[in-house]
Amino acid sequence: MTVMRDDALSGAELRAFLQGLPGVDQVGAEERAARLGTRSIKASAKAEAIDLAISMVDLTTLEGADTAGKVRALCAKAVRPDPDDSSVPRVAAVCVYPDLVEVAVRALAGSGVGVASVATAFPSGRAPLEARLVDTRAAVAAGAGEIDMVIDRGAFLAGDYLKVFEEIVAVREACGGAHLKVILETGELVTYDNVRRASWLAMRAGADFIKTSTGKVSVAATLPVTLVMLEAVRDFRAVTGRQVGVKPAGGIRTTKDALRYLVLVNETVGPDWLSPRWFRLGASSLLNDLLMQRRKLATGVYSGPDYFTVD
Amino acid sequence: MSESIFEYAPAPESRSVVDIRPSYGLFIDGAFTEGHGEPFKTIDPATEDTLAEIACADSADVDRAVVAARAAFERVWGPMPGRERAKYLFRIARIIQERARELAVLESVDNGKPIRESRDVDVPLVAAYFFYYAGWADKLEHAGFGADPGPVGVAGQIIPWNFPLLMLAWKIAPALACGNTVVLKPAETTPLTALVFADICRQADLPAGVVNIVTGAGETGRVLAAHPGVDKVAFTGSTEVGKQIARAVAGSRKRLTLELGGKAANIVFEDAPLDQAVEGVVNGIFFNQGQVCCAGSRLLVQESIAEELLERLKARMATLRVGDPLDKNTDVGAINSAAQLAKIRELAQAGEDEGAARWSPACVLPQRGFWFAPTVFTGVAQSHRIAREEIFGPVLSVLTFRTPAEAVEKANNTPYGLSAGVWTDKGSRMLWMAQRLRAGVVWANTFNKFDPASPFGGYKESGFGREGGRHGLEAYLNV
Repeated sequence: MTVMRDDALSGAELRAFLQGLPGVDQVGAEERAARLGTRSIKASAKAEAIDLAISMVDLTTLEGADTAGKVRALCAKAVRPDPDDSSVPRVAAVCVYPDLVEVAVRALAGSGVGVASVATAFPSGRAPLEARLVDTRAAVAAGAGEIDMVIDRGAFLAGDYLKVFEEIVAVREACGGAHLKVILETGELVTYDNVRRASWLAMRAGADFIKTSTGKVSVAATLPVTLVMLEAVRDFRAVTGRQVGVKPAGGIRTTKDALRYLVLVNETVGPDWLSPRWFRLGASSLLNDLLMQRRKLATGVYSGPDYFTVD
Repeated sequence: MSESIFEYAPAPESRSVVDIRPSYGLFIDGAFTEGHGEPFKTIDPATEDTLAEIACADSADVDRAVVAARAAFERVWGPMPGRERAKYLFRIARIIQERARELAVLESVDNGKPIRESRDVDVPLVAAYFFYYAGWADKLEHAGFGADPGPVGVAGQIIPWNFPLLMLAWKIAPALACGNTVVLKPAETTPLTALVFADICRQADLPAGVVNIVTGAGETGRVLAAHPGVDKVAFTGSTEVGKQIARAVAGSRKRLTLELGGKAANIVFEDAPLDQAVEGVVNGIFFNQGQVCCAGSRLLVQESIAEELLERLKARMATLRVGDPLDKNTDVGAINSAAQLAKIRELAQAGEDEGAARWSPACVLPQRGFWFAPTVFTGVAQSHRIAREEIFGPVLSVLTFRTPAEAVEKANNTPYGLSAGVWTDKGSRMLWMAQRLRAGVVWANTFNKFDPASPFGGYKESGFGREGGRHGLEAYLNV
């Protein structure tokens, strides 16, 4: 497949390109994901995978009730997930709303943990473009190194691909040096064909990462959706040479879930993506389960949930 | 940052769920008895270790089994109302589910297939076939074969080693549902799950003589097929042996169904869902080490996407995990026997000699046991042996085509006609292809899918008669 120059892209060209992508057979994609879900990760492989998963977590709090105190607590957890065990790696980033970025930046200074912020009128994205750009610039100005934006799903579903494309380009510009993660909200796109098209659209518009979900829609990250997105980043790199990361988010709660995602990455795009630079897990409650399983593996016994901090 | 390859630690399924006895007898008239032929050993193809010694049925033993089956047919099973027969079949199906792990492990140990397949495909399907035909037992008058279709009598059934328990289920479940009794001969290299099935029949209180299992090699099968007390012969296996059986049965009053070899085409059009097509090609030829009669052993790919598809296919093949069949992460297990391995090697060598390009991913094969790396041949011509002969191993031959008509012509240009796969996003083309492909099964955007409700069988040298579904009843009803 060939990728056209992106300056002077017309809506018709973009539509022809996206609709010309190879289709996704739903049954086949779901079967493949389910089969990879039966992989059995044990012993040393499990220990390595749990640490890798911890290092890929974007520790997230996106509640209306968030306070500076809660964010600081989360940041402490991010840097030292298990206070009793310093060998636990730190997580990749903390993900908060724009107004709390400053708090997170201060709490995480020098820790190596990134600060990500949702922006662009998260989670619906239903605000004038100018407001979304202001939102983005504010988060970047406050020190966010990563911006998680949402696309206009309404425009996408209506077939107005160029509008979505141009908005991503605009947000990309507003991000400056910050990394841009583009949330496709796959639960609202519904079909895998749409997921593949939206993935390509976002990558061509300059996304550094493509992300499944906001976590605010009932169908969040699933294995088959992530599989389709992984295939898209693999194909995109083969054509353009540029590597784009993938972030499933929402609904990933257990170690078992997390390991399934790592297996999926390992067997579809390979080890090139098996690092926090290229793969993230957006989650809030997952981290404690990873810690619990990690300790179980090391000691042979389960600790109760009270032995891990609730933040 | 971790850049290390995510190696999976061994995750072996426990063998402790199976209790393999040192020796096994024949199962005749509800009891295990001695055989009078020369006993033989069954081995684990992954290690070449002996698993057990198996009795061999000579002609007197086969005769005893047929007599027992005849008596059970006349006195108990034939006259029994369908709803009563159904109860036994439902019971067998449930016991199979209860003993699923044991059966799966035993199947993998005796056959060499990955536990993932025996656990997720073979054994669940075995139970499904029994459930399905249990449902038919009291509804035969509604099956479209007349108002009161009766059973045929005693069925002599000979099954292959590639899906030992599943082929048993395909044979025994419809036969019993229709009121027949059976004498079944499992393959010489894979008798163990059939012998556990005999135990399941006892556990289900199936009346003595309804199911008889006679183990042995080809000679035992020949004797069974030729036995005058057998009313119906059902055989699944090689075309060569199928022809011998057809000759032996010709001129007798016996009814015959044959399910033989194949050289299926998996046809990928340029508008196919590519990633899923690659999966389907992999599943089509590497499922069960390619030891599948309906394996998609010829890949016909449209020229315009051939290069891209092959690149994706090779990348995918590199992730196949070859090794210990009992490891839960194994994708490709051991070849069933030394003889089969020799046959695969000979044909692969012929492919090279005839000028096709051979490729396999780097993979370390175990020292002991019978192994063959997943292999793909490109630049294959229709005239090459690897495009015409059934290899029955993990070897894929790739050919290209330009137009749908050419795809049909190439796909049909084989003495076989068991199955075919078509990959396209266009529904109209799918139907156009399906109408023209001379194959018993045409899979649309999938491959190697089995369901008890769906008939299965061949055209041409792939045999005749249908197994599965309502059609599968016909072979076992006196219609």
